[in-house]
Order: sequence, then C-alpha cells, then structure tokens
Amino acid sequence: MIEKTITVTVNGEVHTRTVKVHRTLLEFIREDLYLTGTKEGCNEGECGGCTILFDGKPLNSCMMLAMEADGHDILTVEGLEKDGKLHPLQEAFIEVGAVQCGFCTPGMLLSAKACLDEFPDASEDRIRKEIEGNICRCTGYNRIVQAIQVAAEKMRQDTLIVNKP
Amino acid sequence: MSTFQYYRPQRFEELWQLMVEYNNAFSLLAGGTDLLVRLRKGRTNSRALIDIKGLQELHGGIQEINGGLRVGALALMGDLVDDARMQQHFPALVEAMKWVGSTQIRNRATLTGNICNASPAADTAPALLVYGARVNILGSLGERTLSLEDFFLAPGRSALNPHEIVQSIDLSYPETPNGSSFLRLTRRRGFDLATVSVACLLIPEAGRIRFGLGAVAPTPLLVIDGSGVLTQTESAQVAKESALAKLAERATPISDVRASKEYRQAMLFALMSKAQHIASERLNQSRS
Ligand code: FES
Ligand code: FES
Repeated sequence: MIEKTITVTVNGEVHTRTVKVHRTLLEFIREDLYLTGTKEGCNEGECGGCTILFDGKPLNSCMMLAMEADGHDILTVEGLEKDGKLHPLQEAFIEVGAVQCGFCTPGMLLSAKACLDEFPDASEDRIRKEIEGNICRCTGYNRIVQAIQVAAEKMRQDTLIVNKP
Repeated sequence: MSTFQYYRPQRFEELWQLMVEYNNAFSLLAGGTDLLVRLRKGRTNSRALIDIKGLQELHGGIQEINGGLRVGALALMGDLVDDARMQQHFPALVEAMKWVGSTQIRNRATLTGNICNASPAADTAPALLVYGARVNILGSLGERTLSLEDFFLAPGRSALNPHEIVQSIDLSYPETPNGSSFLRLTRRRGFDLATVSVACLLIPEAGRIRFGLGAVAPTPLLVIDGSGVLTQTESAQVAKESALAKLAERATPISDVRASKEYRQAMLFALMSKAQHIASERLNQSRS
C-alpha cells in the first residue's frame, strides 16, 4: 500500500487522486493540484508559509501527509477570492501595504482569516498571537496587523449590512 | 522523505495485528508534528506509519471524570488551552501548552503525543507531573494505569510495551486552595526546545510544594517538599533557600548545544524560586 486513493475538497472543489503515501499535504497541493500559492519555507513547521485552513483551522501543510487529508476540507489562498472579487483581507493587505516580497502573504492571510472567523472583534494582542506561527522577514509585522484590523472593521460592517432587515 | 507503508486502522484488533507484523519498526501517527520532522531527516527506522486517528475510541476529547478530567489520546493542545475547566484547575499546564509551537502546531499536536516521545524536555511534562497525571494504557492483553512519573524511563523511552498505546491521561483536580505556575527558559522566544523548564504547585494547607523539572535530568523529574518550610510565609529566607536548593540538587543536568551543565543548574534554582513566587502570588489572589 505505497499508493492510496484519497478524496479531498480543496477550495470547494472535490479532488480524487491516487497519491504516494509519503507525500506531504504541501507537496500534494503544490505539485499535484498545481496550487502554488501555498509556499514551502522551512518544511519543518516553523515558518507558516505553508499554512492552509483544514476544516476551518490553520495548520502547517508541510507537517502532514496527504493521506491525512482524506475526507477533509481545505482552503488555500487561491480559494479566498470569490467571483473575481478579492477577500476583504486581501484588499486590506494591498491597501495598507502589508505585502513586500509576498512570500509570507498566503499563509498570513489564512491565519488572519481563521483569527477573524473565530474572533470578529479580535484585539491587536489577539491578532499578534494568532499570527505568531507565520514568519515575515520583510514588513516588521506592523502593517500586517494594521491590515488585519482594517479588514476586520470592513467585515464587521459588511455583516451589519447583510443582517439589516 | 523515506518510504514507508501507511495504515489507518479502524479497530484495535487491526492495530494490534499491525504492531505485531511490524515488530517495533513502526511509528504511531497522531498529530505528526514531531514525527514528520524525524521522517524527513531520516531519524527513524520505521517501515510503517500507523495513523491512529481512525480509532474512534481515542477521540474522547476532554471528559469529566470523578474529581477530575480525562484527556483523550487525540485531544489537541489547541482545544485544551481553550477549555475553561483546564484553565481553572490546571493553569500551569495550559501555560505550558501555550509555549508549544504556534497556533498551527497546537491545532495538530496532541498532549498525549508530547509525553509519548518521552523527551526530557517535553514542554507539558513538568506541569503534568505536578498535577499528578496518570496515564491509561491499552494493549492487546488489557488495560493498565501508570503514574506519569513511572511512565518516563529514559530519554526517548517510555514504559509503553511494543504492543500498547496510551488511551487517555487522567488529571485530578488539586486540593484547594492552591497556586501553580510554569516557567520555561529558551535561547529565543518561540519554537526552541526548552533549556530548562519548571512547573510548581503549592498546597499550603498540606504544607506541600511540588516541582516538575524539565530538561535537567534523563527524564522529566518530580520533586516534592512536604515539610511546610516552602509553603509558610513566616519561614526564614535562609531556610527556604536551603530547602529549595536541596530540591534542585536532585536534578542531574548535562551540557549540550543549548547550555552547559553549570548554567542549567544555576538557572534551575532561579527558575524554581521564581515559579514558587508566582504560584504563591496566584494563591493569594485566589484567596482575596
Ligand atoms: S514550510 Fe511549513 S511551516 Fe515552514
Ligand atoms: S512580505 Fe516578505 S516575508 Fe513577509
């Protein structure tokens, strides 16, 4: 049983593939599905470049086997955009200037999304805590935190509008 | 990454069979946050990975048992740190788990996995030791329970037989009033392994203080002083210091890339006094 067939939902699309059992989930996402937005930095769980949402929770895809994703739901950075419209977090990152080289950005966006999904009113401390597993060598983090705050505000207003009778 | 077979048993029967078939050349896969790094670096001779996440019985989460909590083998550190009962009764353990990796790692890493590696530096071990954790073990021949102290045998070696697994960890609520704390010294903040770590549990009415010490002996170490010297506010400073020093002497640190033996010894004493101080401050706060 060196290969096995798995079924994984990635960004809403169901994929059934036969995969070598020692393939990491990161390799599967990048090299089998060609979703190269998810980055490989350290390949040992330290940098957060490979962060994905796994059943809604941020995880390092380099620290898992593709096998372990069988039957699960994954969101990568490619799935943030809806109908050609960027996610409020993506818009805010651009607006505030939270992207320099961009290598950390996909992982950062997903950690930020998980944070705001769980804590829509996240404080600055909370935001910093939730992105502690994502290393950025360029920005010094301040712009990133600001961008997440801007997006949070925008998302709160959007829900207000949606919820209006 | 080296090649291996992958199995995901659904029943314990299958698990025991695989364990016999691979006779020690297998690794159990739960969170995998440690195992995957080892596989990648070729630091294991496992020919098979046995993913235990298919075993429903291990998914118990956090259950209330008589006078305490039972933590299922697959309970995630991320869920444990957010649990109100854990925060209320076992704050030192919650603090220790917060030191483990990042949000992403805690969303995958299990508490049980952290102790099964039997690393002398396991972050959660000192706190589990002061709270008197018990390990429920299941094997093809039946069940048994060990204190965590007896579970650790040597660096990287636990008391688990080749055909046994940890099913859950039991924690009894400590006597009240009490105060507890956890401190950890690393070269840098973040994901580094602990150079020295200390958990402290203070139970003044019993005159007892318990310290769990990490990375200063071949296994995580539990030391206890029941004389009352360390729990009474009126004890003389010299008496306190000598009692503390006596406990610290039980440690047998070694020199390695992270620190020298002497540094560890010195820091251990400093950390123990500080941990005690924090624990007694918390105790006073809980009383007022
Ligand atoms: S590549 Fe996965 S954490 Fe760095
Ligand atoms: S923008 Fe370059 S690493 Fe973050």
